[in-house]
Order: sequence, then structure tokens, then C-alpha cells
Amino acid sequence: MAKPLLLVDGLHTGYGSTEILRGVDFHVKPSEIVTVLGANGAGKSTMSRAISGVTRPWAGTIRFKDDAIERAQPAEIVARGLIQVPEGRRIFPNMTVRENLDLGAYRRGRSRRNVNRNRVFSIFPRLSERQSQRAGTLSGGEQQMLAIGRGLMAEPELLILDEPSLGLSPLLVEELFVLIKNINAQGIAVLLIEQNVVQSLEVAQRAYILDNGRFVLEGPAAQIANDPDLKRTYLGM
Amino acid sequence: MLSPVILVPALLNGLMTGAIYALIALGLTLIYGVLHIINFAHGTLLTAAMFAAFFAYALVGLDPYLAVLIIAPLFFLIGYGLQRFIIGPTAHGEDRNYLLVTLGLAIIIENLLLYVFRADTRTINLPYAFDVIEIGTAFLAVPRVIAFVAVLVVASVLWIFMQWTDTGKAIRAVAKEKLGAELAGIDVAHIHAVTFGLGTACVAIAACLLIPTYYVNPTAGDAFVLIAFTIVVLGGMGSILGALVGGLFVGVVESFSSMFLGQSLGQIGIFVMFIVMLLVRPSGLFGEQA
Repeated sequence: MAKPLLLVDGLHTGYGSTEILRGVDFHVKPSEIVTVLGANGAGKSTMSRAISGVTRPWAGTIRFKDDAIERAQPAEIVARGLIQVPEGRRIFPNMTVRENLDLGAYRRGRSRRNVNRNRVFSIFPRLSERQSQRAGTLSGGEQQMLAIGRGLMAEPELLILDEPSLGLSPLLVEELFVLIKNINAQGIAVLLIEQNVVQSLEVAQRAYILDNGRFVLEGPAAQIANDPDLKRTYLGM
Repeated sequence: MLSPVILVPALLNGLMTGAIYALIALGLTLIYGVLHIINFAHGTLLTAAMFAAFFAYALVGLDPYLAVLIIAPLFFLIGYGLQRFIIGPTAHGEDRNYLLVTLGLAIIIENLLLYVFRADTRTINLPYAFDVIEIGTAFLAVPRVIAFVAVLVVASVLWIFMQWTDTGKAIRAVAKEKLGAELAGIDVAHIHAVTFGLGTACVAIAACLLIPTYYVNPTAGDAFVLIAFTIVVLGGMGSILGALVGGLFVGVVESFSSMFLGQSLGQIGIFVMFIVMLLVRPSGLFGEQA
């Protein structure tokens, strides 16, 4: 078995005195797609925030490429190649598409900014057409492309995508999942945090089901997809 | 009373005064725009910088226009340090903490200045302080013309810095989308401190431009900052262009109202205009509509 790229062990965290994650263990191997599925409020975004250093873990360890990162600042975690595309896109609305992309390489990949920007434009020709347009004026789908493009500018080794399909039309969701496969085919490991169960399980190799701050089910994605209890019990569908 | 012989000099003098207001407001609006806090220590930092400029001249004979090359970077570092090591760590991102911490700093700095320098009012006498330039019917004091030009240069440099450099772009990114910036690898605490440093450097430059024609005592900066607050709201909170235009505008309003109402009532015009502005366009001249 390949050594894990990301190894999370016994992660507890929350806000104020409310515990949200109550002991989470999982790993992502190099060039793997792993999906974490859960309903609203299960703790998915809290988990991605903790991995990226935005929310401090209360207990547990997070190792990336064998280094402990649970006490590292977000910028330092980015510098190591663990890049998150956050829920809600979080693009810079007052800046142009091109400026948004260039800021993706603020910490990492700066010397290859032009090469990487052209690569992003070849993946998303729409962004190339709109590069001098203010990001806030883009459609929801284009904003999601921009958020992912900005993440790719930092040359991720592991890309966390937090609910990328949220608010997109079914057609765009189809495109998005094809894109995720293509990104992964370039050797980038993907941690896909989603509510979109069917399509996430199709692209992922392994899956974890998060419910109430704990993993209640985990295994190969194909096997999870056939679990009779999955949707009814844990995803409220 | 309304002849151009009187109005033109009043207009030009208003612009000269307004330029200094604009520079102080620029620092304030920059800090507000990025950290979303009202920096109550702005006025005392201005006073402190005026003392620095005063003593640079009084003790070592350094001309304020040369001293600015040392005082501005020095106050950048002071501002950076205050935000990075005192304001940021104590405020924990809470608005009311920012308010109390900056207010507390203001009280501490002001009282330190009072303790060390007493309440005496000090002035410097530069050989060229009373030189004038004649423009049409107006006689303009040389230091005020220098200040006007300097402020335009500083505002332009700041604007170019914000638009075209990586650090400037990072500042704008943090201003609008802090989480997005963090996840793009921008060190938010550092950017906050750089912004506070830049705002403080603005008041340091203003101090060096003021000291040739103004006095300094431990509360000298307060009068300017009240007007600067008005300008920040008038120009639109966080807008660099708004601070510049608003500052010049307020200077002109003050100049005209002191001409018509008398010197001691000159500032009434500013606040009347300010109240009208709040009624008509509460987001300010260049502010974003809510």
C-alpha cells in the first residue's frame, strides 16, 4: 500500500464550546480521489477548515506528506501543496479573473505563474475569454471554475474541493465531475467533500460517510454505493 | 465679496488644507477598508509623528521634507508592530475589542507624550516658511504648495501599489474575502499589519508636511482626525479616491465657510455639509451601495 499523502487521526474540533467533529480518522493516498459525504450539519466544512488550518483542532493529528500540520498556519499549509477550494467559492469579487488566478500563486508556484495560468485557461476557455472581467460579475458556474482554477495555480498535490457542485445546474454538475476526473488524471489527489452522493461515488475510489461528527461508514466507493442503508439512514434522502 | 480676487485664493487655500486632511483620511480609510475597524489611535499617531518631525529639526536640524524619508518608514514599522503584536492578538477579530484596544492605545500614547513633553506648544521656524508663490491673485505659502503636491504624489503611489503589486493585490483580496485569501496562501495577519503600517506611514508623512506651518502639542493631531473621520464617511468607507476627493472638498468647504462665517466658525460648514451628505447619500461619494 502506498504511503498516505494525508493522514488524519483522532481529529476533534468545534466552535466555542460546541464540538462538531468527534474523533475523525481517515487518509488520502497519492493520486487518489476520496469523497467525504454527509448531510448539512454533519461537519464536512468544519473538517476541511481544520485540515487547512483555518479552524484549530482540539485534539488529534493531521499529517501531510509525513509532516504534522495540525498547528500550522493556513498559508504554511498552502506552501506545502495542500490546497482547498472552499465552499461558497470565496473568490475576490472586486478583482479581475486574471488577478484572482494570479493570487492563487501568491504563496506557491509563483515562478511558474504564466505557464500555470495558460494551463488553467486551456482547461477553462471561458475564463480566458473573461480574464479582464471582474470576478463578481461571473455566473455561479464560472465562479466555481475560477475558484478551482485559482486552486490549480498553486500546483496542488492534494486538492480539497468543498461542495463544488453546490448551486450548479445539473448539466454543469456533469461537467464538474468530468473535470475532477481530469484533474486527478494529472496526478493530483482529490478530497471531494460533497452532498451529491451518486456522482461523487462514481468518480471516487474510496468514500467516507460523515454523520454527526463521526464517520459511520467507509470503504471502496463502489461498495458504499450499493449499501442499502446508506441513503436512508445517513444522508436523509 | 464674491469677486474672483477673493474666491480664487479661498479655493486654492482650501485645496491646500484639504490635501493634508486627505492624506490623514487616506490612512484611516485604508485601515478601515481592510481591517474593518475604526482606528482610534490615528490622531495620537499623527501627534507622535509631529513630535518626531519637530525634534528631528529642533535637535539635529533635519529639514522636515528630508526627515520624512526616515519618519515615514519608522512609523510604518511602528504601525506594523502595533497591529501585529498588540492590536491583532488582543482583538481576536472582535469589532468592540478593536475599538477598545485602539482607544486604549490612543490614551496611552497621548499621556506618554504629555508626560514626556508637557503640554507646551512647540513650533519650528524654517527659513522658507513664509515664502509665497503667486498664482494669479492668490499668494500661496510655499510649505502648503509642497504639501499639496506631495499628497497627490503619495496618493498616486499608493493607488499604483494597490493596483499593480502582489502585496497591494493581497491587501485588496484580504479586504473583500478573508477566508478566500487565507486559502490562497496569503498570510492575513501579516497583510493586516502591513495595512496598518501603511496607514500609519500616511499620518507620518502628513505630520512632516504639517510641521513647517503648524504647531505641535500632545493633542495637536486630534483636530485633524475628527475631520478625517468625516472625510472617510463622506468619500465612502475604504475608498482611496474617496478620501482624496473628500479631503480636498472638505478643505474647500472649510475655507469658504470661514470666509463667510468667520475664522472660528469655519468648521461648521464641514459638519453641515456632512449631515446633508448622510441624509442624501449615506454610502458616501465613492462608497459601494449596500
